[in-house]
Amino acid sequence: MKDVKTLEHVTIRFAGDSGDGMQLTGNQFTQTTAFSQNDLSTFPDYPAEIRAPAGTLHGVSGFQIHFSSELIYTPGDNIDVLIAMNPAALKVNLNLLIHNATIIVNEDSFTSKNLKLAGFEKNPLDDGTLSAYQVIRVELNRLTLKALENIELSHKEKDRCKNFYALGMVYWLYQRDLDPTLYWIKTKFAKSPVLIEANTTALIGGRNFADSTQIFNTSYKIAKAKIEPGVYRNMTGNEALVLGMVTAGQKSGLNIFLASYPITPATEVLQFTSLHKNFGIRTLQAEDEISAIGIALGASFAGDIGMTVTSGPGLALKNEFLGLAVMTELPLVIFDIQRAGPSTGMPTKTEQADLWIAMHGRSSEAPLPIIAANGPVDCFNVAYEAIKIAVQFMTPVLVLSDLYIANGAEPWKIPNPDKLPEIKINLADKDDPYLPYERDEKSLARKWALPGTPNLEHRIGGLEKEDVTGNISYDAENHDKMVRLRAEKIQRVGDFVQEPTLHGDESGDVLVVSWGSTYGAVLTTVDFLRAKGEKVSFYHLRWINPLPKSLGKHIKKFKKILVPEVNLGQLIHIIRGKYLVDAVGFNKVKGLPLRIDELKAAILKLIEE
Amino acid sequence: MAEQTTVQIDTTITKQNITSDQEVRWCVGCGDYSILAQMKKTLIDLGLPREKTVFVSGIGCSSRFPYYLDTYGFHTIHGRAPAVATGVKLANPDLSVWVITGDGDGLSIGGNHLLHLFRRNLDINVILFNNQIYGLTKGQYSPTSPVGKVTKSSPYGSLDGPINPISFALGCSATFVARAMDRDPKHLVEMLKRAHAHKGCSFVEVYQNCNIYNDGIYFNLTDPATKSDNVVYLEHNEPLIYGKEKNTGVKLNGFKFEKAELKTEADHEKLFKHDEKNPDPGYAFMLSGLTENPELPTPLGVFRELEQDSFDKMFHQQIEDVKKDKGKGDIKKLLLTGETWTIN
Repeated sequence: MKDVKTLEHVTIRFAGDSGDGMQLTGNQFTQTTAFSQNDLSTFPDYPAEIRAPAGTLHGVSGFQIHFSSELIYTPGDNIDVLIAMNPAALKVNLNLLIHNATIIVNEDSFTSKNLKLAGFEKNPLDDGTLSAYQVIRVELNRLTLKALENIELSHKEKDRCKNFYALGMVYWLYQRDLDPTLYWIKTKFAKSPVLIEANTTALIGGRNFADSTQIFNTSYKIAKAKIEPGVYRNMTGNEALVLGMVTAGQKSGLNIFLASYPITPATEVLQFTSLHKNFGIRTLQAEDEISAIGIALGASFAGDIGMTVTSGPGLALKNEFLGLAVMTELPLVIFDIQRAGPSTGMPTKTEQADLWIAMHGRSSEAPLPIIAANGPVDCFNVAYEAIKIAVQFMTPVLVLSDLYIANGAEPWKIPNPDKLPEIKINLADKDDPYLPYERDEKSLARKWALPGTPNLEHRIGGLEKEDVTGNISYDAENHDKMVRLRAEKIQRVGDFVQEPTLHGDESGDVLVVSWGSTYGAVLTTVDFLRAKGEKVSFYHLRWINPLPKSLGKHIKKFKKILVPEVNLGQLIHIIRGKYLVDAVGFNKVKGLPLRIDELKAAILKLIEE
Repeated sequence: MAEQTTVQIDTTITKQNITSDQEVRWCVGCGDYSILAQMKKTLIDLGLPREKTVFVSGIGCSSRFPYYLDTYGFHTIHGRAPAVATGVKLANPDLSVWVITGDGDGLSIGGNHLLHLFRRNLDINVILFNNQIYGLTKGQYSPTSPVGKVTKSSPYGSLDGPINPISFALGCSATFVARAMDRDPKHLVEMLKRAHAHKGCSFVEVYQNCNIYNDGIYFNLTDPATKSDNVVYLEHNEPLIYGKEKNTGVKLNGFKFEKAELKTEADHEKLFKHDEKNPDPGYAFMLSGLTENPELPTPLGVFRELEQDSFDKMFHQQIEDVKKDKGKGDIKKLLLTGETWTIN
């Protein structure tokens, strides 16, 4: 047995062809890491093509996991350990490796054909390209086939087990227990004993190979993280959204009705939700984006809580209906899982550039509450809170998530639904005379009158409403009043939701104001700089519309305001406009999440200026 | 709600209490007035409880309709009423849901939604007012206007081929397809009642006069002087016979409909009998083509009625089946699904 070293945190990336099973391998490693009680964060990064040609650069599928004995908030900037199943996987990840990183390569795949496909003129294993790294060359195909030589399977099927052989090696490297994956194999291939045997043999084979050949000099240990007590499971952003939705449905006693049209990366939400029909959940795959929101709004009119989920281009199509939802003041929840680029853009890459369309995408003055999730687990809370506000205020609510959050996973402390806040419904009383646009004094919400209830018959629609009665009105004064009332109602959401807390001191050199998925990177960066004595504080927005009341107060107390965003400056525009402050942006739009090192540099530069 | 419940009959509905307090703003002389009056009569005759009746409309003159009835109503956006109505019906299948649309609203901007409403076969009644013109935007050609139609947006004649709404509905697998006219109130009421009775999606095209922008386009079908020669009423199991003296019929010659003079009993026997239950869409589709045939009369009545489970019924049945199969959802169990671990 060689040395065992203790590390605080590690970032590993599994990379290979889209057919190599890298997402599966990454998920298994994640599950095992969670059981080892490390904190973790993952980042799946897969190609847009279903199955790109084998060996090509654009066909590389990656799964990154950052795990630690400390609490962590991002899947890591740089890679400590790369498992490269072929030359293309090596090529696309080279620029992400730390100095002296460990690279485990499948030597068998470094054929002249694959090298050419990856754009290597010479074999990088031999020409010194990798001299800055520790390269572990493994004949993965040959070793896997050898390990499985006594199993009755085709050559091709045996070859497909090589991901588990590699996983076994990595398990040895981090002193991991094989049991969770062995159990998974048994369940997954319950119908095929031969596949159980093959995959089990490959996994154990890889572990034993690493153990007996001393191919690694050292193995590593990452201590358990100090995590709050509780029952945990791993959770992706899209799964969390669905669970938040289902829980809100149960707590409110309302039927959840999700109508949606498939679009990456939102589709999973429709798929997961459709699995839970035994909760009485109603789901429908609509004919298009417009119909999806229309069906949801119709369902809301009739007494369900209508919802729809989409991504940027889909939101563009839904905006006319959002205007109608604003006008008719019906509850509705729209989840926008942002992705990169205008139009089709880069559907499998991340961005947070739909804030402007969310804020201003409709004709005329049509404000609605906007809430943004800060990470995978937060999607549960955000979905729950959005539904609560939609019903309480009788308004459409827009939820912003993004691809990075949607596909990323974190350990989630499973909440007790009994302890979640109540969701109150504002139903009209059938014994009172019903005036559709009569409002609650505090929230300014109108009452919900459900078709089927005698005595509450009424008509609503997109034409301007007369205050209180809801009759059609073209009166100039009335229109001015209604525009202001609708705007004021949205502002009052701020009185009913929790204000964000300022992270750090009340005043200082730089206040970083952020929203959405940059949370983890900003928090990590600010904590690092504060530990170094820099006067930096952090304020993360949850509700972007309305903006929290304390934001203006905080902004005044810092010399400089930095707004980092994965867009060209959307929140900063809103902040500058509202607070007349000379805030500075940090903007990167590469289809990738923000990096901690870059953010660090930007903040330090701002302090120095 | 797993099963559609039969709506109980409300005998207290009167012309007064079904009428809302909103002033009707259609042009004087508009065909919409008649359709509104026949709808009221239908609702009163059927005793449909006002609280269980919902009118959903899009945009256009016809789509103001819901405001004038004291039921539930939703005036939505251009062409999208079928989507909203789908949500309403699925959220509460106990409601009687009516979509009010026009030729522009339903067949141009909303064509796609109408297609999907038909093929899904929700138990919703679609009433399409066809006046072959855009009225609310002041007189442009519509998707049912004939080629060559001169309007403000087609000063040299429209080049767009028109849609035959009946053919469209049949092409979309609609299970109930009928046609009526604003100026034939008795028949219109009959069609509205049959649409309501059909458990599935019902489509009624109503020929409607726009006396401002397209006056008189159907007058040859509605004027007593010319009507009997130009219109044939479809009756299930009855031959197609028309004319003042009832001495003309429609016969089938191969794949072609032809005019038949009826002089003897034998001539009568040559006529085929209308079969609205015929499951072959080809037959009804051919029948819908009579509309464009200048030699033959325009059919009014039910082209097709097929019994099929409605989408709303299956939708809720599926939820009940899943509940039975998986057990009623338990949120605590759901949150704990999958591989969990405990930290002490």
